[in-house]
Amino acid sequence: MTYILSEEEQMLRDSAQAFLAEKSPVSELRRLRDEGCKDGFRHAIWKDMAEMGWNGIVIPEEYGGVDMGYTAAGIILQEMGKTLAATPFLASSILCATALRYGGTEAQKSAHLPKIAEGEKVYALAVDEKARHDAKHIETRAKKDGNGFRLSGQKRFVACGNGADMLIVAARMDDESIGLFLVDPEADGVERTLRRSVDSHAPANIDFNDVKLDGDALLSETDDGAALLDAVLYAGRACLAAEQLGVAVEAFSRTIDYIKERDQFGQKIGSFQALQHRAADLLTEVEMTESLVVKALRQLDESPSQAPFWIAAAKGRATRVSRLSASEAIQMHGGVGMTDEYEIGFFYKRAQAAGEFLGDDAWCTARVAEMSGI
Amino acid sequence: MSNLESFRNETRDWLEANCPDSMRTPIKSEKDICWGGKRFEFASDDQKIWLERMSSRGWTCPTWPEEYGGGGLSKEEAEILKEEMSRIKARPALISFGIWMLGPALLKYGTEEQKKHYLPQITRGEIRWAQGYSEPGAGSDLAALRTKGDDKGDHWVVNGQKVWTSYADECDWIFALVRTEPDAPKHLGISFLLIDMTWDGVSTKPIKLISGKSPFCETFFDDVEVPKENIVHEAGRGWDVAKYLLSHERANIAGGGSGAQMNPASAARQSGEVDEDGRISDPILRADIARLTIDALAFETTLQRIKDQADGGQGVGAKASMLKYYGTELNKRRHELNMSALGSDGLLWEGDNPEDGDPARSWLRSRANSIEGGTSEIQLNILAKRVLELPGG
Ligand SMILES: Cc1cc2nc3c(=O)[nH]c(=O)nc-3n(C[C@H](O)[C@H](O)[C@H](O)COP(=O)(O)OP(=O)(O)OC[C@H]3O[C@@H](n4cnc5c(N)ncnc54)[C@H](O)[C@@H]3O)c2cc1C
Repeated sequence: MTYILSEEEQMLRDSAQAFLAEKSPVSELRRLRDEGCKDGFRHAIWKDMAEMGWNGIVIPEEYGGVDMGYTAAGIILQEMGKTLAATPFLASSILCATALRYGGTEAQKSAHLPKIAEGEKVYALAVDEKARHDAKHIETRAKKDGNGFRLSGQKRFVACGNGADMLIVAARMDDESIGLFLVDPEADGVERTLRRSVDSHAPANIDFNDVKLDGDALLSETDDGAALLDAVLYAGRACLAAEQLGVAVEAFSRTIDYIKERDQFGQKIGSFQALQHRAADLLTEVEMTESLVVKALRQLDESPSQAPFWIAAAKGRATRVSRLSASEAIQMHGGVGMTDEYEIGFFYKRAQAAGEFLGDDAWCTARVAEMSGI
Repeated sequence: MSNLESFRNETRDWLEANCPDSMRTPIKSEKDICWGGKRFEFASDDQKIWLERMSSRGWTCPTWPEEYGGGGLSKEEAEILKEEMSRIKARPALISFGIWMLGPALLKYGTEEQKKHYLPQITRGEIRWAQGYSEPGAGSDLAALRTKGDDKGDHWVVNGQKVWTSYADECDWIFALVRTEPDAPKHLGISFLLIDMTWDGVSTKPIKLISGKSPFCETFFDDVEVPKENIVHEAGRGWDVAKYLLSHERANIAGGGSGAQMNPASAARQSGEVDEDGRISDPILRADIARLTIDALAFETTLQRIKDQADGGQGVGAKASMLKYYGTELNKRRHELNMSALGSDGLLWEGDNPEDGDPARSWLRSRANSIEGGTSEIQLNILAKRVLELPGG
């Protein structure tokens, strides 16, 4: 295992940087917000990303993907974190693609994975039913009904839920096991409520009222749905940690640039030791987090059975440090840091939202305690 | 079979045959550490045998050239040796300032004679070195040092006082920073001298620490005559050597090498803080320990990442300060948590067993980690200036 990026990975990072700087800088997120965009992302940009091959980054080539793995996905997400790109990448190309890849039948894979890879349709994963992430708490029911199922329950704050063309829903089956179901959000009995979030994303609460599903809606390649869901969520957390790292890195580097320029008391504020020490401390925190994130992603690619432990450590730390970096950023920017016109506040908001998604610091730390037998 | 693989097999066999059983147990207290030197008393025959066997292969300094008593191993081989040693939990055969501070500096700046003379003695643990940097008026501001050397043609006459010299009263030699060019600018008037502590005019006085130990000394130089050949690098250029050596010292202190290893999770078990599932029952203590675990992993992976970067040709430079800062602060947290987890068990100071009081002593000793080798504040200054390039005050 190496912590150094390969040449191929560096090229990916460079092209992601260039693409996002042009197509999806922070001002683009502001525009989405100001226009009141109901989907929370720009379809045209999503199509362009598909052309770059990103949307199929963890999808096998036979289903239209490029199959570069999670480290590569993390590299893209880290760059997305730096520009706060609002895209269905995590929801569609990571969470749902992983669910289909490892849980889908041949027919399901051929039907859906190419759509994700080509950006033709946006997929979203509906898991949470409580305000704090807890994938063990699933009360949504999929009752057997002839050859198919009847789905009832409520999902909260589904990421990209409002703009999604297809949902993958976690539900409890008659024998109390977990199943993942493909559900068309336009089907009878599905009701979506847009929940605009503080980070200018567009998640949705989704109610399922006795929704009729065919038998082949169930991802049934594996008979352990709970394990499948767990693997999907861990893959998501690893990639999300990379995005959080991007948020931390960018908020930090903007802060350093700022304190090098801003004059007070006849000197640059960056010359004050009180700020220098906090900046140096933050540098250290960010660097320590980066190592863990790289480790978690590589583990996921190279020895997935060991990965959950490293991913929990990385996501927990990335949650802590991205919030720290963004809140220190506001403080060191002083008054302008509080203005909506200035971009730094967007990073603070995203750090909070990404931290809650898929398990915050406390949740991740509890998993580390569990897995290391503390 | 590749060369590295056969090296691994040979190493494994050799260690199996040569590492005494008692040297395959964790280091519990100071006395388990082999420092070497003329005055060193071995704690056991095994400790002595282990040192002799390892140094005869050059494996106390595996990457140093064989002609200087080292093992002549490549980086990869040295890594394998380390792995194989930790596989059987072998203790380091020798720990010394000579190995992790002076040696690298001599390899870079020493003359051929100096290398031939001193390095083999270091690898065999025959001379023990003290570090004579700090002075009462020059700690963080090291270049303010005033110990002076008057030029007498073929030698200097050294006068002054050092402080905080670790183990000086047990050491044979000291490498000292001395002001030899009184009129030169602060950083350019300093020379790096090697001084035999048995020479006339050298004396030491112990300083007792809060941990109850007194391995630290004031060291005095009173008209000490130091021959010209005992200078490392050029006169007035000792600062270069000092800085180079500090970066090695920092990397080492950061590695957490402060004696006994503490494990707060097993400490909690020892004090009975477990529920019926075997988990630590106090949820807040449990969370604190898990967070420390995550941060320790972050530190270890960062060490690894920086090593990968160095191997890939990217300079490490001021990042040593990052490791020193984070590693030592982490170590202090670990000891504090260990004490909390032990409860009153941790408070014991003296008892019937030799290791009684170790947790409290190591905890107290750990407070110095963020002071010795440059304080945390100084590391942050270095990071701010050299890595972040923030403006000067
Ligand atoms: C256990 C131990 C072992 C040691 N071993 C050795 C040894 O073997 N050889 C040797 O030569 N020395 C040794 N030292 C000395 C050590 O290097 C010094 O103690 C250290 O450099 C700090 O210097 P000082 O004690 O004079 O503190 P000071 O420099 O007086 O510092 C006091 C406080 O002020 C802060 N401070 C100082 N300057 C600044 C600044 N510019 N910005 C912000 N804060 C600042 C410091 O961080 C510290 O918190 C040892 C020290 C200890 C405690």
